[in-house]
Amino acid sequence: MATVVKTYEPKFWDRFYLPAIVQGLVITLGRFLKRKDTVLYPEKKHVPPPGYRGLHRLNKHDDGRIKCVACEMCQTACPAHCIDIEPSIAPWEEGEERYPVKFEIDLLRCIYCGFCEIACPKDAIELTEIYDFAAYTRDDLVIEMEGLLKVFDITKDGNVYDRQNRGESIELPVTR
Amino acid sequence: MDTFEILVALIKVVAVFVAVILAVMVMTLAERRVAGFIQYRHGPNRVGPWGFLQPVADGIKFLLKEDIIPANVNLPIYLLAPAITMIPALTTFAVIPFGAPLEVAGRTVQLQVANINIGLLYILALTSVGVYGLVLAGWSSGSKYPLLGGLRSSAQLISYELAMGLAIIGVVMVSGGLTFNEIIAHQQATSWNFWKQPIAALVFLVAMYAETNRLPFDLTEAEQELVGGYHTEYSSFKFAMFFLSEYANMVTASAFMVCLFFGGWDIPFVDETQMGAWGVVLSVLVFIAKIGFFLFLYIWVRWTFPRFRYDQLMRLGWKVLLPLGLVNIFLVGLWMALKV
Repeated sequence: MATVVKTYEPKFWDRFYLPAIVQGLVITLGRFLKRKDTVLYPEKKHVPPPGYRGLHRLNKHDDGRIKCVACEMCQTACPAHCIDIEPSIAPWEEGEERYPVKFEIDLLRCIYCGFCEIACPKDAIELTEIYDFAAYTRDDLVIEMEGLLKVFDITKDGNVYDRQNRGESIELPVTR
Repeated sequence: MDTFEILVALIKVVAVFVAVILAVMVMTLAERRVAGFIQYRHGPNRVGPWGFLQPVADGIKFLLKEDIIPANVNLPIYLLAPAITMIPALTTFAVIPFGAPLEVAGRTVQLQVANINIGLLYILALTSVGVYGLVLAGWSSGSKYPLLGGLRSSAQLISYELAMGLAIIGVVMVSGGLTFNEIIAHQQATSWNFWKQPIAALVFLVAMYAETNRLPFDLTEAEQELVGGYHTEYSSFKFAMFFLSEYANMVTASAFMVCLFFGGWDIPFVDETQMGAWGVVLSVLVFIAKIGFFLFLYIWVRWTFPRFRYDQLMRLGWKVLLPLGLVNIFLVGLWMALKV
């Protein structure tokens, strides 16, 4: 097969280099003056798009009762085996008969696939937009039921990072 | 020499030294911040406001780092090389006038550390000595990459010093003197040399980049080919001395360019002699602004263009810049002959 070799013949002005050099300088100056893409992290936080899979939360009913019925569907669906649930009989008269006394998620094992929220028949477990949780020990990154319910409290009123960027101070339960 | 003169000389020496070191510090920061800006980033902005304390942090880091001396070095020369590079880099600025003459207590004080009658030659001579530092550093390191870097820097210097000299000759011909004061006075009396000799200005600008080993002519420290070039085997503060002298050379080269082609401290369209002390202050500020532009150009060019190949570098030096310099001298000579 014949190959077409493209050759480039420099034009008259190209032989002087200077027009091309000036062109290059103009391009970089334009970039110099444009808005920067970097988000200055601790002061300004990147706002993830809706559907982002971050830290988990356990939803609550309007009266404050936990939605979870400890059916262990999420635990079964979890490919990373990071959820640990202990069910018990619910203390309240009205509503569901079961509730979890222990609901732990090992955040270091979790792969943030979102299977748990798909598996949940009660829409009780959900993944939120929170991404900047960190701790000094592995134990501190096992979030318990109390923490998961607190995540619900801080995430129910709209995107956490949107609000933080607007100057609202929100404390994350896992972060030290 | 009475006390007044000694005091004035001391103040000028300290002021110029501090100014050059400060400029170097600002440049190391500006280099990285402008690089960031050109690449849609912010650059270092965490240490102090706008990152202004970053150079201080770097300096402390360089001082505290372990100073490694490789086993195969030629020790006396290895230790001498950074000093040979740094001393000329810091002393060349001495002959550059940085402002209009100042009247103090009935006497005229030249804003210049030393008014030597061969100012131009002094700078050319000392910058050439500075290259000995690079060659010796490369040779004494006992390693092949530094050696290649050192050899390249000497070859590059020979090729571009000629073109630079030819560009300067055109300026010396019209101003009739080798001191910066005469050159600036001549530009004030007529117009900036840049408007009269744009070819010489261009040749000088390109040669200036090659002389200071800056991109697109940084063949001596081409990272991809030579690891780090002549300073590969240097660490800690000895490396910092090479780093410092590179930037100090850039400051001096920019000042050289401004004095030769852009009127030095001359303020365009304004007669600074009518304004007294304020005129002097203004002239110093204008001089700093002009140097600042050329320093920015240095960084701007660095983050815009790729490095030349070695043969391209030589071709540009010998086949383009040298003939251009000669053409400029011819044109200036012709113009002078016709004018008389």
